[in-house]
Amino acid sequence: MLAFTLRRLIYVTPVAIGVTVVCFLLVHITPGDPLTAILPADATLELQEQMKAAYGFDKPLPVQYGLWFWKVLHGDLGHSIATGRPVATEVLRAVKNTLILATVATLIGFTFGTLFGFVAGYFRDSWLDKLASFVSVLGVSVPHYWLGMVLVIIFSAQLGWLPPTGAGPDGSGDWRPDAAHLRYIILPAVTMSVIPMGVIARTVRALVGDILSQDFVEALRAKGMSEFGVFRHVVTNAAPTALAVMGLQLGYLLGGSILIETVFSWPGSGFLLNAAIFQRDLPLLQGTILILAMFFVMLNLAVDVLQTALDPRIKRG
Amino acid sequence: MAVTTVDSAPAPAVVPAKKLGRGYWAGVLRRLARDPVAVTAAVIILLIVLAAIFAPYVAPADPYKSSMIRRLRPIGTPGFLLGSDELGRDMLSRLIYGGRLSLVMGVLPVFCAFAVGSFLGVAAGYAGGWLNTIIMRTVDVFYAFPSVLLAIALSGTLGAGILNAIVALTVVFVPQVTRVAESVTTQIRNRDYVEAARVSGAGPFTIVRVHVLGNVLGPIFVYSTSLISVSMILASGLSFLGLGSKPPEPEWGLMLNTLRTAIYTQPMVAALPGVMIFVTSISFNLLSDGLRSAMEVKA
Repeated sequence: MLAFTLRRLIYVTPVAIGVTVVCFLLVHITPGDPLTAILPADATLELQEQMKAAYGFDKPLPVQYGLWFWKVLHGDLGHSIATGRPVATEVLRAVKNTLILATVATLIGFTFGTLFGFVAGYFRDSWLDKLASFVSVLGVSVPHYWLGMVLVIIFSAQLGWLPPTGAGPDGSGDWRPDAAHLRYIILPAVTMSVIPMGVIARTVRALVGDILSQDFVEALRAKGMSEFGVFRHVVTNAAPTALAVMGLQLGYLLGGSILIETVFSWPGSGFLLNAAIFQRDLPLLQGTILILAMFFVMLNLAVDVLQTALDPRIKRG
Repeated sequence: MAVTTVDSAPAPAVVPAKKLGRGYWAGVLRRLARDPVAVTAAVIILLIVLAAIFAPYVAPADPYKSSMIRRLRPIGTPGFLLGSDELGRDMLSRLIYGGRLSLVMGVLPVFCAFAVGSFLGVAAGYAGGWLNTIIMRTVDVFYAFPSVLLAIALSGTLGAGILNAIVALTVVFVPQVTRVAESVTTQIRNRDYVEAARVSGAGPFTIVRVHVLGNVLGPIFVYSTSLISVSMILASGLSFLGLGSKPPEPEWGLMLNTLRTAIYTQPMVAALPGVMIFVTSISFNLLSDGLRSAMEVKA
């Protein structure tokens, strides 16, 4: 198992390095000089040269990448142009809020997704299957930023039950697990959970259908096992794949939270990214994307390793 | 002499293959036509597309004409069938015109990704070796980004604009199409008839054109159609964030954003552009599902 994990780690390393190259190049595909965002419009030529040298923009690209990569390895992602604070601390604080939101959303999505998926898979081609399948198609087709707006219209504007924006009663602060903050996470988490719900329901439906048509299920029933006992076998067989899909969905939500966070003004990484884009805060933009992408790479690796550990049928190749 | 045998060798094989191909696609269409869900979805898409194309004839009013005294009228107001927006413009007309940009921004990236991804994937899958390694490892890197993040990162750094949004979305979908194209091509490459063509002296381009493309473009196409729904949502999402189209252009995502301020005063009107995105996206999804099951029957 350790050897397998190490092999996967070696396989992931070039991908991770590729991700840093893409993040590095992002700043260089921006139209205009990356310095224009920092310098005043009437900066003298001398000052421009000085700043260029200070930021290392006068060196060739591969050298710039090497210097930047070395700093990144040491946890230095530069400083935000807007606030002057280190990018790493800003991003990690925001990622924590996003991680909380995405985790809650994934759990909600997983609960309902597996429920719909099992019902649909067990009662294949019945009206229950059609209904559950339709709900899961709705889940993957709905523009979630619009769903967020609709939920705000219903539960905040019309009924006044839940707060429309923010992570807590104290304004833009961080989310904390207490009763006052709990009301703030419900709407964004439910909105976000719709995508993993749809995806997981589709996966589980297909899985359950496959498992039920296998010979061993027939054998279990033939030897007189109760329907509940058979059900347990189906669950154990479906679990590794379903959990893997759940893990990947968490990763997608972490990276794709920007639209929902914008609708709900949730102080997470997507909100930060939005601010970075519109303030042309390139170090912050680059740092946020790099950290989120790295998180996604590591999560993929973890899911891969865990799935292999859970499912003895997968060859550890 | 050798040249003539090479030229004539694949020729007899081509004719039945083409005939089979025509019969196969006719069968797919026939099965699709019997699927009521897929037909409904196709009709809805057709209606939205036709309304967008013939917007000047269909729309009851000028989508840009604002009126300060007729702002945010409710649905059903005489003269404003679906109400008016925050600048007093007719919602129905703006929704009809909005389909133009929203559809182009949603469908064009998938179309470009289909072309580029098929090319890269077939090249990687057929050539194998170092070309495969270079293409597929690069694809892996782009695959390592969650798609929404990559789309926003690219259009955020390229700057707001319709063209940049289309480029960003194309870059997001190319790796996904390439992966599918590569895996189907690798399967086809090892079939006996490809081997036979190679042994009989056909060059790589002839084999790809005659034997590979006909077998791989179908699956790649079906996979690509399943991306249109995501692309529609993402494209409107970029406009919603202010990274796509610019006001006063009617576009569903942008309209949804500018109407956010109206959710307390005119909630039904504010939600309308999202309904259009939702209906279009779900129709593309259902049509793509129908197309897939219509094609799988034979396999």
